[in-house]
Amino acid sequence: MEKTVNQKAWFLVLPVFLIVAFSAILPMMTVVNYSVQDTFGNNQFFWNGVGWFKELLDPSTDLGGRFLASVGRNLLFSAIILAIEVPLGIVVALSMPRQGWQVAACLVILALPLLIPWNVVGTIWQIFGRPDIGLLGYVLNRIGFNYNYVANELDAWFTIILMDVWHWTSLVALLCYAGLKSIPDAYYQAAQIDGASRWAVFKAIQLPKMNRVLLIAVLLRFMDSFMIYTEPFVVTGGGPGNSTTFISIELVKIALGQFDLGKAAALSLVYNLIILIVCWVFYTVMTNAGTERPAKKEGAA
Amino acid sequence: MARIDLVDLAHSYSGNDAPAESFALKPVTMTWRQGGAYALLGPSGCGKTTLLNLISGIVTPSRGKILFDGTDITQATTQKRNIAQVFQFPVIYDTMTVGENLAFPLKNRGVAAPEITARVRQIADLLDLTPYLNRKATRLTADAKQKISLGRGLVRSDVAAVLFDEPLTVIDPELKWQLRSKLKALHRELDLTMIYVTHDQTEALTFADTVVVMHDGRVVQSGTPAELFDKPAHTFVGYFIGSPGMNIVPAEVSGREARIGGHTIALKRTYDGLKAAKIEIGVRPEFVDIVAPAPGLLSATIERIDDLGRVRFARVRVGDAKLAARVPPGFLPSGDTAGLVFNPANVHVYADSLLVEGAA
Repeated sequence: MEKTVNQKAWFLVLPVFLIVAFSAILPMMTVVNYSVQDTFGNNQFFWNGVGWFKELLDPSTDLGGRFLASVGRNLLFSAIILAIEVPLGIVVALSMPRQGWQVAACLVILALPLLIPWNVVGTIWQIFGRPDIGLLGYVLNRIGFNYNYVANELDAWFTIILMDVWHWTSLVALLCYAGLKSIPDAYYQAAQIDGASRWAVFKAIQLPKMNRVLLIAVLLRFMDSFMIYTEPFVVTGGGPGNSTTFISIELVKIALGQFDLGKAAALSLVYNLIILIVCWVFYTVMTNAGTERPAKKEGAA
Repeated sequence: MARIDLVDLAHSYSGNDAPAESFALKPVTMTWRQGGAYALLGPSGCGKTTLLNLISGIVTPSRGKILFDGTDITQATTQKRNIAQVFQFPVIYDTMTVGENLAFPLKNRGVAAPEITARVRQIADLLDLTPYLNRKATRLTADAKQKISLGRGLVRSDVAAVLFDEPLTVIDPELKWQLRSKLKALHRELDLTMIYVTHDQTEALTFADTVVVMHDGRVVQSGTPAELFDKPAHTFVGYFIGSPGMNIVPAEVSGREARIGGHTIALKRTYDGLKAAKIEIGVRPEFVDIVAPAPGLLSATIERIDDLGRVRFARVRVGDAKLAARVPPGFLPSGDTAGLVFNPANVHVYADSLLVEGAA
C-alpha cells in the first residue's frame, strides 16, 4: 500500500508550533535561564548553577523557610476548601430542581459568583468582613464574637475560606448538576423497583455517574486554590504576619518586591512542577479507582 | 404472586381534564391471572409502556383502579407493590459486582444474608452468569448487562409480577432466541406472572400464552396466538399480526354474501341489518388463492409475486383495493390477471373496524 507523501501539511502545523513557542516555550526557557543565575540589577547576571534550587528546598535558609511554609499553608488551604466545596456542591446539585422555570433561576443565581472578577470578590469580602462597617464583621462582633481578620490569624483564615467557598462552590455544583442530568430516568425507575433507599440511590447511581465530573471539579478547584493570589491578597495582603501568605503571594514578593529574579524563577519552576505532579497523581488515582482490581482478575480468568 | 385486575384504568400525561381522545391509555378493564405469561403487543406509541408503568407504579393513573388479589393498590408506591420490572436498556449499578447487582433488590428489602446468597446463585445459574459473579458489572457486554437486569427482575421470589419492557431490544438476534426461550423456561420454573411488552409479533407469539394487542391507547383484543390469527376482533389486529397482514376490503354485506365491486363472495354465516358507517370484509392471505381467471371468480391484476421460500404470496389489485393472496404450489400465472378463490370459513365481516359475529 502506497501512502502519498504531502509535505504541505507542515504549513498547517507550523503556526501552532510558532504560537506555542512564543507563548509558552520561550517564556518558560527565560525563566529556566533566570533560575540558574543571580543578578544585582543593571541587567548583569552571574552563573549560580542549582544554588537557588538547593536553597529553596532547605528549610534552614531564608528562601527555603519562606517557600516551604507557604507550600504548607497552600496545601492546608486547598485541603480545607476541597473538603467543604465538593460535598457542599454535591448537596446543592442534588437539591436543585430538575425541570420548570426554577432550573433557569437556580442556574443564573449559581453562576453569579463565578462571573465576578477576582479582585472584586476580594474587595467585596474585604469590606464585608470589616468590624467597623462590614455587615459580616459588624454583626459577628455585635453578637459577641471578637472577630477581626486583620489582627487574628484564625479570623483571617475563616474569612478567606468562607470567601472561596462562596466564590467557587457554584462551579462544583454546576458540574455535578450536569452529571446528574445525564442519568437516564430508567436508572431511577429501576432503583425504585429494586426498593432502593434515597441513600442507596445516591451511592449506587448518582455518585458513580458523577465520578467523571467530580474528578474535573476536584482538579480545577485544586489547581485554582493552589495558585490563588488575587482574593486573599486583596483581603488580607498575606497577613496578619505571614499567616495567609500563599506561594503566589510569596513569589510576587520575591520577584517584584525584592527583585530577586533568580530566586523567583527557581521558585516558579518548582511551583509549576508541584501542580503538575499533584494533578497527575489525582488524575491517575481517580481514573483508576475501581477499575484496577477487575482488570487484574480479567487477566487471571 | 397475585391476580391483577385493572378497573376502568386510564391515563393521560396532560392531566385528567384532557379530552378523552388524547389519553395515552383509554379506559381498560381486564384481569391478569396469577402465573400467566402475557405479551403486550402493539406499535410504538400505542400505550403499552404506559400500561406497564401504571401496573408497576412508576406512573399513577389519571382514572380507574388497580387491584392486586382484590386489594386496591392504585395509590401505593412501587416499593409497596412488590413488582419487578426490566427496562428496555440495561440498568446496572456501576460500582457493584454482578453478584452485588443481583443481590441489590433483596438487600434493600432486608432479606437474610444466607437466603440472598442462595437466591443469587440460583438466578445466576439460570442465566449463565455464575462465572461473572465476582466481576465488576461495568465491563460486560450489552447482553450480559441486560441479563443482569433480567436477573434483578427475577431474583425476588415473592413478587406479584415481573414486567418486561421490550427487554431484548439491545440483544443480538442470535441471543434473542436463547434468552426468550430461557425466559419461557423461567416462567414455567418459577411460577411468576410475567407481562412482556414488545412491538415484535414473533416475540409476543412465542413468549406468551395470552397476547394483548393494543392500538392507539386501547386494548383491542386479548387472546391466544391462535385466536388472534384465526379471528381478529379488530381490523388492526388482523393487519398487525401475520405477515403479510390480513386483507381488509370495503364491501357491501347482506345475508350470506358480500359484494366487492359487483362481484359476490359467499360467507359462512348470515349477516343481516348491518348498520355502520364502514363495512369491510377481512380475510388472511393464507385463505385466498389465486387461480387462472375464470368466469364467476373475482378477477384481480397481479402486481408482483413474493417468494418467501416456503410459500409464495401474490400482491394483487381489485379495483382500488390491494390484496395479498396465496399462490398455490405449482401454479404459474399466465398474464397479468388472475381469479381469486376465497375460503368462506375464514372471511370475517367488520363494522367500523370491529368484528361482527354473524348468525349461523
